[in-house]
This record gives sequence, C-alpha cells and structure tokens, in this order.
Amino acid sequence: MTLSRDDVRHVALLARLGLGEGDEAYYTDQLDSILGHIDRLSEVDVDSVPATAQVVALEHRLRTDEARPGMGQERALSNAPASREGFFVVPAILEEEP
Amino acid sequence: MASENWRAVIGMEVHVQLATQSKMFCACPTDYLEQPPNQNTCPTCLGLPGALPVANRRAVELVVKSGLALGCQIALQTKFDRKNYFYPDLPKGYQISQYDLPIASGGGVQVGERMVRITRVHLEEDTGKLAHAGDNLQGASESLVDLNRAGLPLMEIVSEPDLDSADQARDYAVELRAILRTIGASEAEMENGQLRVEANVSVRRSEDAALGVKTELKNINSFRSLHRAIGHEIERQIGLLEAGGVVIQETRGWSEAKSQTYSQRSKEFAEDYRYFPEPDLPPLELAPAWVAKIAATIPELPRARRLRLMESHQLGDYDAGLLVQDGARADLFEAALALGAPAKPLANWIVGHAPKLPAPDLAELVILVSEGRINREQALVVMARAESSGQSPAQIVAESNLAQVSDDADLAVLIDQVLVLLPQAVADYRAGKAQAMGALMAGIKSASQGRANMKAASRLLAERLQR
Amino acid sequence: MDRHLAIIAERDPAIRAFVRLTPDLAAHQARAAQERYQSGNSLGPLDGIPMAVKDVLNVEGVEVTAGSRILEGYRAVYDATVVARLRQAGAVILGMTNCDEFAMGSSTENSAFHTTRNPWDATRVPGGSSGGSAAAVAAAEAGYSIGSDTGGSIRQPAALCGVVGLKPTYGRVSRYGLIAFASSLDQVGAFTSSVVDQALVLTAIAGHDQLDATSSSRPLGIDLDLEAGVKGLRLGLPREYFEVDGMEVGVKAAVDAALRVLEAAGAELVDVRLPHTEYGLAAYYIIAPAECSSNLARFDSVRFGRRSPGAATLLEAYSQTRGGGFGREVQRRVMLGTHALSSGYFDAYYLRAQKVRTLVAQDFTAAFEKCDAIVSATSPTVAFEIGSKTADPYQMYLCDVLTLGANLAGLPGLSVPCGRSEGLPVGLQILAPQWGEATALRVGRGFELAHGE
Repeated sequence: MTLSRDDVRHVALLARLGLGEGDEAYYTDQLDSILGHIDRLSEVDVDSVPATAQVVALEHRLRTDEARPGMGQERALSNAPASREGFFVVPAILEEEP
Repeated sequence: MASENWRAVIGMEVHVQLATQSKMFCACPTDYLEQPPNQNTCPTCLGLPGALPVANRRAVELVVKSGLALGCQIALQTKFDRKNYFYPDLPKGYQISQYDLPIASGGGVQVGERMVRITRVHLEEDTGKLAHAGDNLQGASESLVDLNRAGLPLMEIVSEPDLDSADQARDYAVELRAILRTIGASEAEMENGQLRVEANVSVRRSEDAALGVKTELKNINSFRSLHRAIGHEIERQIGLLEAGGVVIQETRGWSEAKSQTYSQRSKEFAEDYRYFPEPDLPPLELAPAWVAKIAATIPELPRARRLRLMESHQLGDYDAGLLVQDGARADLFEAALALGAPAKPLANWIVGHAPKLPAPDLAELVILVSEGRINREQALVVMARAESSGQSPAQIVAESNLAQVSDDADLAVLIDQVLVLLPQAVADYRAGKAQAMGALMAGIKSASQGRANMKAASRLLAERLQR
Repeated sequence: MDRHLAIIAERDPAIRAFVRLTPDLAAHQARAAQERYQSGNSLGPLDGIPMAVKDVLNVEGVEVTAGSRILEGYRAVYDATVVARLRQAGAVILGMTNCDEFAMGSSTENSAFHTTRNPWDATRVPGGSSGGSAAAVAAAEAGYSIGSDTGGSIRQPAALCGVVGLKPTYGRVSRYGLIAFASSLDQVGAFTSSVVDQALVLTAIAGHDQLDATSSSRPLGIDLDLEAGVKGLRLGLPREYFEVDGMEVGVKAAVDAALRVLEAAGAELVDVRLPHTEYGLAAYYIIAPAECSSNLARFDSVRFGRRSPGAATLLEAYSQTRGGGFGREVQRRVMLGTHALSSGYFDAYYLRAQKVRTLVAQDFTAAFEKCDAIVSATSPTVAFEIGSKTADPYQMYLCDVLTLGANLAGLPGLSVPCGRSEGLPVGLQILAPQWGEATALRVGRGFELAHGE
C-alpha cells in the first residue's frame, strides 16, 4: 500500500499537525518509503493467531472507590499557557462537540 | 403526534453519572458542582505527561448491576478502548471508553405495553466543562476550561430504535431513571447533568419498510423538554418530507426558549475515532461469582413493585408509579403502611409533601389526619416540627394542643359565640345570601385558631341556622 | 557529589550528556545523605550516590521536556514512582539527561536541544534514545542513571557507550510518571558500570505500584542467584540475530569471543530459531507509532506546554503548536501511527501487527524451551558517526532490529560490555524469559567475572 499526499494531508489533520510549505511532499516521500518496508507484514499468515491483548499476564487490579483530595487549582494551573480565575483559557470553540 | 400514514422511529442514548466517591481512573473526588474550577484534579485526570489510569471497582460494579437490572448479558471478558479526538475538555486527547466488548448487552425495559430492547451498556469517563467568556457565544473570543468533571465515571445506555412516540420516549427515560435510583447506580437527576438524554429520531411512511434518515437530538435538560423536542422534531421531519424535501442526517439541539430544534454546525471534517484497546489497562475478567453477588443485591425493580402495590393496596397506576420513582419513597410507603396508615392518604401524603420522617412517625401523622384528629394544614405544621425536633407527631399534637375541635358540643359553643360576633353575616345569610356562610365559616376557623373540624362545623352551623 | 559535579563541569561541555543540572537539589540531598551516614542511619547501598535521570521522567519541581520544544518550561508537579523510590533510597539527583525527542530514535540526534557525543569518540553518537544517560555513566559523571527502553533505548546506548544497561520485564517497574511513548512497550531501567550495581538499582525501583495498572508484584528473586556463575546454563544463539543485515565484522568478532568465554566458563551454547524476527521490526514500527500517536495527543497547548502565539482559533492553536513544537521524527511517527489506526487501515496495519507480535512472543517461548537465556550482539554496529544515519529514517530504525523483539514479547534484556571493535565498545545482549531478570543478571555477572572486567 502506498501513501498519497491526500492521505498525508488527511492524517495531518486528524493529528492536528500543521504542515508547512514543502512539508507535505517531504513527509509523503518518507512515510511512503517506510510503509514500503513495513508492507512485508502482509506476507505473514495470521489467520488463526490472536492479537496480543496484553503481552504479560497481569492481574487486573481495580481500585477501591475512595476519594483523596486533588492537587488543587494552583498546581493544576501551574503550567498553563493561559489561565484566568481558575480556568484554563483557550481560543473560542466555534465547532460543536462530537 | 405522527399523522395517520407516518410512523416515528426513536432510539435513545442515555449517559448516567455513576454514584461513586472517586473518579473513574483516579482518586479525585466527584463533587465537582461544589468546587472552584480545577480543584478536584490530579496528574491522571488532568492528562499530564506520564500519568496513568487505574479503574474504579465500584464503577464497574454499578455498570454490572445496571446491566443486570436491565435484563442484559454481562460480558465476563471485557476491556477498555481509547476513543481519539481533540477537544479542550478532553485532557488526554482521547477518552477511555468501551468499543467492541461492552460490559453489558442485549437486555430490555418494559415501557407500558412495549418492550424496548437495550443494545448495550458500557463504561467510560466524563469530559470536563467548557464555559464561554462573555454572555453569549457570539463575540466571545475565548473559552474557559474546568476539568473538575473530567474523569467522572459515566455509564452509557443505548436502546434499539423501538420507541415510536414522544410519550413513549419520555416514559422510557422516566422508567430508566426509576430503575437507576432504585438500584443506587445514580441519583439520575437530569437538571444537574447526572442523567443526559439524547434521542435519534426518524420518520417513515406506514407502508415503507425502510427507515428514514435520522437526526440526533441533544441539549435536552428535562423530561418535559425531551417530550417537546421529540414531538417537534417528528413534526418538522414530516413537514419537510411532505413538502418534497429531504431530512439531512445531523445533530440538532433543542432550544427551550424558542421551542424548536436547530441544526448544530455540522463538522468541517468527519471525525475518525481510531478506536484501539487501551494499553494502560489490562483486559478485565469478571468472575461469575462476583457477578452473582452483585445480582443478589438488586432489590425489587420499579415495574414489579408498582404492579404489586397496585394489586395489594388498590393503588392506582398513577399513584403507584409516582411512589416507585424512588426506591426510598416506596420503602417508606410500605413501612408506614405496615404500621397501619391507610394506603391512599399515605400515598398522597408521600408524593405531595415528601416527608422526611421515619415510618412510625409518618404512619402516626397520616392516621391522625385520616381520623380527623387534625386537619391538613395542622398536619403540615406538625410534620415540619416533627422533622426538625425529632418528636413524634402525637407528642407534638398533645403538647401544643393542636388537636382539632371535633366534638359537637364543643363546636356548638364555638358557633354560638361566632353568631353573636357576626350578626350582619347571620342577617345576610337569613336574607338569602348564601356566600355569607363563608364569612361565618371563616369566623369559626379564626375563633378556634384553626382547630375546628370544618366539616363538622359546617354541618352544625347549617343546622343551627335553620332554627 | 562535589566530585561528580566537578567531573560534569570538566567533561560535559564536550559530551553534553545533560540537558539541565539540578545542583541545588543535589546539594540538599547530598547533605541529608551525609548526615544519615554520620549518624548511622544510612538508607542502604544507594544512599548518597549521585545519579542522573533521563529527561522523560517527572522529577517534582524540575523542568522536564522529553527532549522537545513543546515542553520547554514545563515543570513537573509530581514525582514519577521510580524517582520517588530512588529518593527514598537516598539518591542524589544531579540533573536531567539528554535523549531523542519523546524517546523516539536510536542516536539522541533527535533531541530538540543538542546532540550528545559518545565519550569514547566525540564524532560519534552515544546511541539512543537514552544516549545522555548512557554517556553520563560512561564518562563517570554519574554513579548510575535511569533511562527508558521501548525498542532498545537502554540496551543499545549501553552497548555503544560500553556500560551495563537493563530493560526489565514489562510490568516489573512502574511507568507512572514516565512520559509515555508506546504504552505496551515502554519500560524504565538503569545504566550502571557493573552488573552488581544493576541489581541494586533494580531492587530499589521494581515492584507493584497502585498507580500503574500494568505493574506486577512478582518477586524479583535475584539475591541468591547473582554470583552463581554460568556453569550448566544453556545459552540460546538465534540464527536470525547472528545473520542480520548490516552486522559489522568487528561486532561479530567481539560477540564470538564473548561466547567462547562463556563456553569456557561452563555454559552450553545451543542453536535456536526466532523465525519472525524481520517481521518483528515491521510490527514494532506499526504498534509503537500507533500508541505514540495517541499518547502525544495530550500536547495540545491547553493545560501545559508551549502555545503558538497568534493562534486565533482552536484549530490553529492545536496545529501550529504541534506542527511547530514537534520535531520531524516525532511528526513522522505520529502520522504513521494515526494512519495505522485510521478507518480502513486498522485491520491491515494495527490489528495485523498485534497478531505478528503474538507470533514473535511465541517464537521466544519456543526458544526458551531449549535454553535458559538468549545471547547475541545488542547492536549490529558500534557507535556510528553523527549524521551518518539521519538521511533515511529506516536506516536508523534498523539499529533496533536485535533489541525490539524483547519489547514486543515483554522480556527482560541486559546489555553488558564484551569487548571492542576499532576501539569502540561492543555490547552483548542477554535475554531471559518474562520475570527472569535473575537469570539475565546471573549470566551477565558470570560473564563479567569470566571476562575479567
């Protein structure tokens, strides 16, 4: 399978990576080449093979439902690029939630 | 609402905030409504680099319990998956949810005559809250993010499109809420976001087998809005199709103020959630013994209880239905009933006045009223005093001499006093003005400080005035 | 500690193993350790030992950037569990070491800040992604250091820098506080100058963490076995690992010599097969990018990290921040991963890769029926020249062909220095079955003793 520029543009949008001029062509070449190497995966017979769900057998530990105080507003905001009155601030949402 | 040759097809998606102390994947408290913004946060629910999730056992338990109460099969092998998309109220850039192995599936809820099939019940985490700077969206250049709610455990219940009217849809939501409250999974109040309802609505002509294009209704904040929104949307779609138009598949919000649904800006690009199994959480194996233990904790469900109350105590469908909306309320009813309180007055009292009394006190109160020892207004006062002081109603009545005056002899004395006090009213009545009776009754009431048994007084007064 | 800071001051301007130093923290911790020592309350063998932390682990109050501009200025608000445990053991934290951006790379050339140089030859790379941590120990700037290994990022730099490096069994050490690259492959481990030191650090950091649902409480069991030697142990030699493309002659020679030493010390050498080795590389380069594309979605400028100034809409804030803040290798992998998970491609890429992963794990299980540990070169080459593999990303990926199998199968892997080629260090890789750190360390220690290091 090859990767086209449209594919790269689509994927960059899904991943919210702003590509600059020339980036599209650059990444298309490289990703296409890498995928070329990876395509050998299709040679393997995987018909009766289960996908790895967890590589090491682990007992799933569930947590007891006990509350502990949070780290607090100040710490939560300590690395915020923009904040006001205890909130994180972002440019306005113009789209609706999915 | 649909006209004769149109059928509506409705499916419901309900999100329920589970009644846990801590969040779904971290130990932060769940009381987000009472906290300043971003107070109940930690590296995990903030999505900080390096943080990891650990699943809340009680949340899993409540979903199992809910699934069982809804008649579903429980998946003994289940897992979490990542749902990937970008939004400021989603700290990690993905939501931990369940994709192809939900905890419960394949159940049903009886709503009136209809069995509404439940497709699936799964567990996921809630997002944070967004507020817009400024009063309205237009002109706001910034949005404000509060992550107190991010990470709360959320249960999603999806139904098959088995409903065909706004009435049914509302009844389904009401029944669901009653079930959730009865089993203690959630308080399920729509008004504070504990129960969030979305409806998928489409219409088709009776003779068509194929389903029409459906729209998704959101932003519904009460059962009443749900009923109105669905009703309006059905009309809108029928109107559109009858005029030769087409229904567009889209999300529509309900505006209570304008009483109409409106198109929510369709996406500029389709979202692809790229679901894959959550690598930070090993798959879950639910022990059958554990599931059985949970099943044993499920009390009598609302529908069964309602039918039993109707049959055993001759309660009407409406009264019984109101009682079972809340398991605690129905428990109180049955307990007070067992102590001798008459059924219908007791039911009315509970539904009408929401008493916060223990069963013995409530029984005492209702018996006092139904025997005529005190009237309704006095009873409200007694109830308030009993609630705040903890004294029994009988004690309160005895101590404050609130007992009704019901004895004929006592009332006769009172009446004679009032007739002397209000000669004009007597004259008016004798002159044929029936409404003067009202003035005399008011006089009796006031003279007795509200304690007169007005029914008896009315009878005696009428007799007296004949003479 | 002063001595270490002096060495750093002297050597690090040339080597540049560190991205930032924490001298005040170190001084404070060293003083406390000194007081404990003098009053006879030492916390144990690690108390007061100066060490370094790879710039992907949260150290509370310290700037952590994962080698990326997107996290410049980000101050950790909590300790990674590994860091907390080492503090409890009395560690003296000298600073954060350089690494490939978000641990993606095999040379530390992908760091957004600077390139670290191999202490053996400043024109060459130290390996990656934990190149700074490896170099710091190799140059004696730190007594030991902590790194992370997703496809070989501890073992390969250990080999290239001539030090000991261990990737524990997946789940052995808590990942809480490790900035995630690929969640099902990442593990935290240490660089030391000896195998015995490795055992000490592992004992301090291993064990169940209630904040990490993928961590295990299996006991380590390494105390008794360490000095037992290799006599009677069967060492498997996978043909595929010895015949890999690009294996340097000098590396092969050094490894062969090491095998002779082990044989002479009483180990039995056995041929084994790992038939899906070449497919393992392809599977890894689907799974790791897929998981990282999701793990890196949180870098969206909302709660932390740089935000591109002048972003007027939300979409711009996201795209400009990420496009401008992530380096090229990171963007490549995020796009690759996003593609592998996207609608229409999931079955052919991600799902298929997870099935091939099962086959790789089954290869190892079968091999371990015939041997107690698997031995090979850690890296097909010695340290290569800076810039020599950056033109073609896939050439860089090939550096991991011998190491990533252990990540796919969750196995513990140790690299010990075993000689030189053209004056540069060569590493011997020892893989054991899951939870078999004791065996890997025993073989490593046995080799050290027999080799006369």
